[in-house]
Amino acid sequence: MRIRLEKRGPISFRARLALPFIAVAISFAFSFVLILLARANPFTAFYYIFYGALGSPTSLGETAVKTTPLVLTGLAAAVAFKARFYNLGGEGQLYLGALCAAVLGLHLALPRALAVPVIMAAGCAAGAAWALCAGMLKARLKVDEVVVTLLSNYIVIYIISALLDGPLKDPRTMWPNSPPILESARYPILIAGTRLHAGALVALAAAAAVWWVMKRSVLGFEIAAVGANPKAAGYAGIPVARTVVLTAIMSGGLAGLAGVGEVIGLHYDLVEKISPNYGYAGVVIAVLGGLNALGVVCAALLFGVLITGAELMSRYTGVPVFLADVIQGIVLLVMCAVFVFTQCRVRVTRRT
Amino acid sequence: MTEVLTAAFLAGLLAAMLRMATPILFAALGECLSERSGVLNLGIEGIMFFGALAAFLTAYFTGSLPLAVAAAFLSGALLALVHAALVVSLGVSQHVSGLGLTIFSSGLALFLYRLIIGTPATPPQVAPFAVVRIPLLASIPFIGPVLFEQYALTYLAVLMAPLLGLVIYRTHWGLALRATGENPEAADAMGVNVFFVRYVSVVLGGGLMAVGGAFLSVAQFNMFLPGMVAGRGWVAIALVVFGKWRPGRIFLGALLFGLFDALQLRLQAAGAVLPYQYLLLLPYLVTILLLVAFARDPSYPGALLRAYRRE
Repeated sequence: MRIRLEKRGPISFRARLALPFIAVAISFAFSFVLILLARANPFTAFYYIFYGALGSPTSLGETAVKTTPLVLTGLAAAVAFKARFYNLGGEGQLYLGALCAAVLGLHLALPRALAVPVIMAAGCAAGAAWALCAGMLKARLKVDEVVVTLLSNYIVIYIISALLDGPLKDPRTMWPNSPPILESARYPILIAGTRLHAGALVALAAAAAVWWVMKRSVLGFEIAAVGANPKAAGYAGIPVARTVVLTAIMSGGLAGLAGVGEVIGLHYDLVEKISPNYGYAGVVIAVLGGLNALGVVCAALLFGVLITGAELMSRYTGVPVFLADVIQGIVLLVMCAVFVFTQCRVRVTRRT
Repeated sequence: MTEVLTAAFLAGLLAAMLRMATPILFAALGECLSERSGVLNLGIEGIMFFGALAAFLTAYFTGSLPLAVAAAFLSGALLALVHAALVVSLGVSQHVSGLGLTIFSSGLALFLYRLIIGTPATPPQVAPFAVVRIPLLASIPFIGPVLFEQYALTYLAVLMAPLLGLVIYRTHWGLALRATGENPEAADAMGVNVFFVRYVSVVLGGGLMAVGGAFLSVAQFNMFLPGMVAGRGWVAIALVVFGKWRPGRIFLGALLFGLFDALQLRLQAAGAVLPYQYLLLLPYLVTILLLVAFARDPSYPGALLRAYRRE
């Protein structure tokens, strides 16, 4: 008996839509085993995850706060992966955006209507410039972007750690954090009593913009073409190197914007661990969302719920909070396995 | 800084270089094996981390260090099996599957550590590997302390490089491996079982990566720390590219990385002029520069990243 995979024709839109839901369901089923290992009831644990994330107005606000950077890092990864530019430097680009926002936020004494856009643009540019380095190395010298972007994350994080020990350190505390940024440099709070800030709207606007670029603009078409087959795209007259570079800029800019939001919307200062791996989670979100802007927003929301709720769940059930990380990994693995079955069907044949 | 160029300092530096190179060397050789068959394994960082945990827990509960290394190898092989199933059998994107594996195994390692050890005020330690002095050879001045007073795992890593080179270039199986990684269609026509070769390489490679992680927890730090792998897996991947997929050159690359790591530690200890973070980032920066200088447009194994499907 032989089991083999055969290509199949395109599947219906509805089946494609069901895909991420199937992947998430399978991942949750896997995580049941881990929760049982921790001697807790899986249903109670999941109840607390959802209750902790969606149970009250405050927790809803927290979930939105966590979702905001995830949307942006998810978009950053989605854009890059669409062109098969494997930008895994989202974490470092986010940190650079945050650094830029903190430095400007401390010194830029302008009215808010001017200061905030300037900071956003600068943070975007910082993340974009960092990703651009990797993009140029790939486009011009064919240096593998995966390793370069991954290693550059460590470089940025150490630089920021050094700055927070030295010139950026708040002299009034003993912790490695910067002084608070100016009032006029902050995103406004959207709903009083929560920490929900205007960064959430920025993230949604970014999602809409990415959707437009990818579906409606020439650049989006070129990105998809380069991702599908760079050689063919080159023969068709698409400037492959330029497309890769532009993709890198877009991707890095989005990740930088995520860092800006964390500083001027949430913390109001720069701290060492400003991102609990939002950059890496962005990759999972991009794949789960099918590299599509709307999908990314939905997937980011799911992960926002997961990350926010996991803390309460951990406190009440004793299941380690790292469950959320494990689920992220499983979702990514299961998602790509499930995806195969949309393109292939399994055929079991009897060997003769 | 007058003591910098004394023989004792230099011997210490070179000995540390070998020590620092050990985990990277194991991991890079594992990655090399995997990539030679056509499979990139970005799970390396997570596999190393999980290997570190498996070795730590085994040493903690049994006190046996050989068993700890074996447990790490086994855990790495099992995790790599997941990657192999996804990319070899199902033909999933190697980048995505590998990254998923890293996120999964890192999360799982933290989860299990918290579950089994909890959150004690000071992290528990294990009795680490002792340095093995090779009689006679270790008493050669200068060379002795550098080459012959090392951990058993370091000797193993140093032997592993030529061994892997021998397997790749001088055995029948190595030929099948190279053919599979360069041109699976041709290998298949030659009668090589492409799927089997890929499974074996990815799984054994995963085992080696985990042993690299084990070195960190049961020899270098004698405990398990959250950030302990610190990108060494990514450095290993870079070294494989730098080493042009040849174990000998990979060995040199690992030594170079080890040298910079040892150097930055000594500069830190000497209370250097720079903040210590700038020294910590030095090895990563050097790795990127190495890639830019020596690995432009590298000639990847022909079938790397490409799934093979029999028609």
